[in-house]
Amino acid sequence: MSLWEYANPVKFLGLSARVQPYLWAAAAICVSVGLTWGFFGTPEDFRQGSTVKIIYLHVPAALMAINAWFMMLVASLIWLIRRHHVSALAAKAAAPVGMTMTVIALVTGAIWGQPMWGTWWAWDPRLTSFLILFLFYLGYIALWEAVDDPDTAADLTSVLCLVGSVFAVLSRYAVRFWNQGLHQGTSVPVATGGRTVADVFFYPLLVSMIGFGLLFLALVLYRTGTEIRLRRTRALLARQGRDA
Amino acid sequence: MPELGKYAAEVMAAYGVSLALLAAIVLLSLRKGRRARAELAQTEQSLGKARKDG
Repeated sequence: MSLWEYANPVKFLGLSARVQPYLWAAAAICVSVGLTWGFFGTPEDFRQGSTVKIIYLHVPAALMAINAWFMMLVASLIWLIRRHHVSALAAKAAAPVGMTMTVIALVTGAIWGQPMWGTWWAWDPRLTSFLILFLFYLGYIALWEAVDDPDTAADLTSVLCLVGSVFAVLSRYAVRFWNQGLHQGTSVPVATGGRTVADVFFYPLLVSMIGFGLLFLALVLYRTGTEIRLRRTRALLARQGRDA
Repeated sequence: MPELGKYAAEVMAAYGVSLALLAAIVLLSLRKGRRARAELAQTEQSLGKARKDG
């Protein structure tokens, strides 16, 4: 069995239908447990007070905002190289979810920043690259809507996705490139493993991050199915128009 | 309800906005999905009928 079998829309929809109930259930459980645990079951931080509870939303949302773009990048590359429609539609389906995560990260960051930094916003490298990432999401979604021919739209949006990946990378690593700005370094650095968050905050954060990841997967699978059905409907109507 | 102290408004606002946005993307996705299913079913049905009549 090969992964490329699932480039077939029928096979993709079959697999998607089988795994989705488990994904939705696991996502609901992890998000609920992570946020409830974080909100009700963790103490205040000695410096940040109760605003530390915003971490259970801000970090998972920011993580998924960037990872969603990388998923779109991989799907776009598959489209450009192998011309599998499902991958182009998966990238299209992921964009609004990634944009929602970006908005959550930006809004919760501003709400958190005001009492801690004394400002809602600063032109800090990480904040600025995140805002540009949000604008790329908007542009990507608008481009899909603006082009009538789906294959041309997939080509153009794939190229836009490649360009936007620069800002997705910057969003993740800006604090390492530029040692300046208000935003602190990564709280949970995966590569080095040296996290700066105490266990009492880390475990609910981990559950919340897993929950946001599962929710993203469930949403993308569901939305890709929707895009496949819309494409099929358009194709049938076009064929009907030609036959008539 | 935990004691949120002087930052209660900020914490509640962050949770309120985020949960509303998450609910919105889930509900909008489900609505679009249901419509797409219905449109495809309708189109396939009308095409099947047209083929039989033709």
